Amino acid sequence: MNTSSPADRHWHREPFISKPVLRWGFWSALLIYLALAIGSMDINWSRVMEGIPRGMNFIISFFPPDFTSRSDAILDGILESLWMTVTSTVVGILISIPVGIGAARNLSVLPVYYICRGIIALSRTFPEIILAIFFVKLFGFGPFAGFVTLSIATVGFYGKLLAEDIEDIDKAQAEAIRSTGCSWLQWLNYAIQPQVTPRAIGLAAYRFDINFRESAVVGIVGGGGIGATLLTAFDRYEFESAAAILLIIIFIVMAVEYSSGWLRKWVQ
Amino acid sequence: MLRLKNLTKRYPTGDLALDNVSIEIPTGQVLALIGPSGAGKSTLIRCINRLVEPSSGSVHLNDQNLCLLGKHSLRSARRHIGMIFQEYALVERLSVMENVLSGRLGYVGFWRSLLRKFPQKDINAAFDLLGRVGLEDMAYKRADALSGGQRQRVGIARALIQDPELLLVDEPTASLDPRTSRQIMRIISDLCQERDLTAVINIHDVPLAKLFAQRIVGLKQGQIVYDGNPDGLTSEVLTQIYGEEDWSATGDHIDSQNLRGI
Repeated sequence: MNTSSPADRHWHREPFISKPVLRWGFWSALLIYLALAIGSMDINWSRVMEGIPRGMNFIISFFPPDFTSRSDAILDGILESLWMTVTSTVVGILISIPVGIGAARNLSVLPVYYICRGIIALSRTFPEIILAIFFVKLFGFGPFAGFVTLSIATVGFYGKLLAEDIEDIDKAQAEAIRSTGCSWLQWLNYAIQPQVTPRAIGLAAYRFDINFRESAVVGIVGGGGIGATLLTAFDRYEFESAAAILLIIIFIVMAVEYSSGWLRKWVQ
Repeated sequence: MLRLKNLTKRYPTGDLALDNVSIEIPTGQVLALIGPSGAGKSTLIRCINRLVEPSSGSVHLNDQNLCLLGKHSLRSARRHIGMIFQEYALVERLSVMENVLSGRLGYVGFWRSLLRKFPQKDINAAFDLLGRVGLEDMAYKRADALSGGQRQRVGIARALIQDPELLLVDEPTASLDPRTSRQIMRIISDLCQERDLTAVINIHDVPLAKLFAQRIVGLKQGQIVYDGNPDGLTSEVLTQIYGEEDWSATGDHIDSQNLRGI
């Protein structure tokens, strides 16, 4: 079969960056940078080889995980972490709801919008660990510092995602409820809330999961909870206990992960 | 009585959607607004209840100028204006009953509506209306579980439970099949007759408009180019509204008596 008869017309997909100079320039610049970056990494292979058995020893010292000899401290730590997670998730979300509504461009007036976006930006600027160090200095060692840290981090996370979800709602439904002559609060309750609830619940479960993991991290800098127990175990070279703690953290995170997936499906 | 006087809407983009539109609609009249996409039909009905703010002109509903109302009195005025939407615009995750009762939001306080404790007479009215549109068993179903025709019936019930004096209807049949379209239009026009309701209906389907409206207004680029009886919609008038096309094969030849019987 003759595939190139005079009637055949040429077609090809438009490239993503249409100017050839820019396109080739961009890719070669990226490639050169990558090569230089990899070249500048100073890897001492003999040290790596020496390090492997040390790493192996470290891992071996974790076995067998010892759940019993520090069981009281572990249980206290876990309960404290769970307490921290629950309270900070609830308080954080309660603060996030008005902030998120204010930060949704389609609901709020410009000054409120900027204030709420500012609150969100501020609480997202600092990583949890920095906030935790600051609040441990402010409130002293213990779970209260962890609770405040995680609450603030929750506002930044939940407020932003809630605001974005509100901005994505179906305008027709909102308009229809508005046309009935309802008040603003009624409009919020009938037109907006039903549209964002499933995602809001899913996000709450996700944030709960994050807060539990972070509660272990903030504990290491003095924020109480299982992180503090973990740190103590490492300080005392009780690696078997540390392994037990890590296994419990993994187990709880997986349990939360699994149940939040189930929850999300259920609220759809 | 609804009176639009010199109604003009210019969007911030500069588009002139409505250009000096004046219409007087006596109480109880069902008026169909036809015209090509982008002619300003949607803008016009939204300027009446001020979902879109008109740039100039006035809208009088029973001697009240809606354009001068403040936030609070506009809300009270909207209670008396029912609206039915293209694509139904039901709140998908609420039940049928909640959707219907949402038409009463302007009449009940916030806490009652939050707790879904509507007055008994509203609940009775909601069941009556659901019965009227043929959905009495659907009260507990979620709105997104219904078919298109059923959803639009809920939309009709939501508008009518407001106990409106005026019905604004925006492309009620745009996403429905021909048979359902006729059923929906028949329910709307019957209810308007029963309750002596004034209605403005945006509609693309010219034969349907001729069948169910007492008066037709043709809109083109924001201006009225036809205002009169359905019978006056000749091929020349349609060409004037929509542009050049062979109009002989449209509803002119459909026997409206036969359609009534479907």
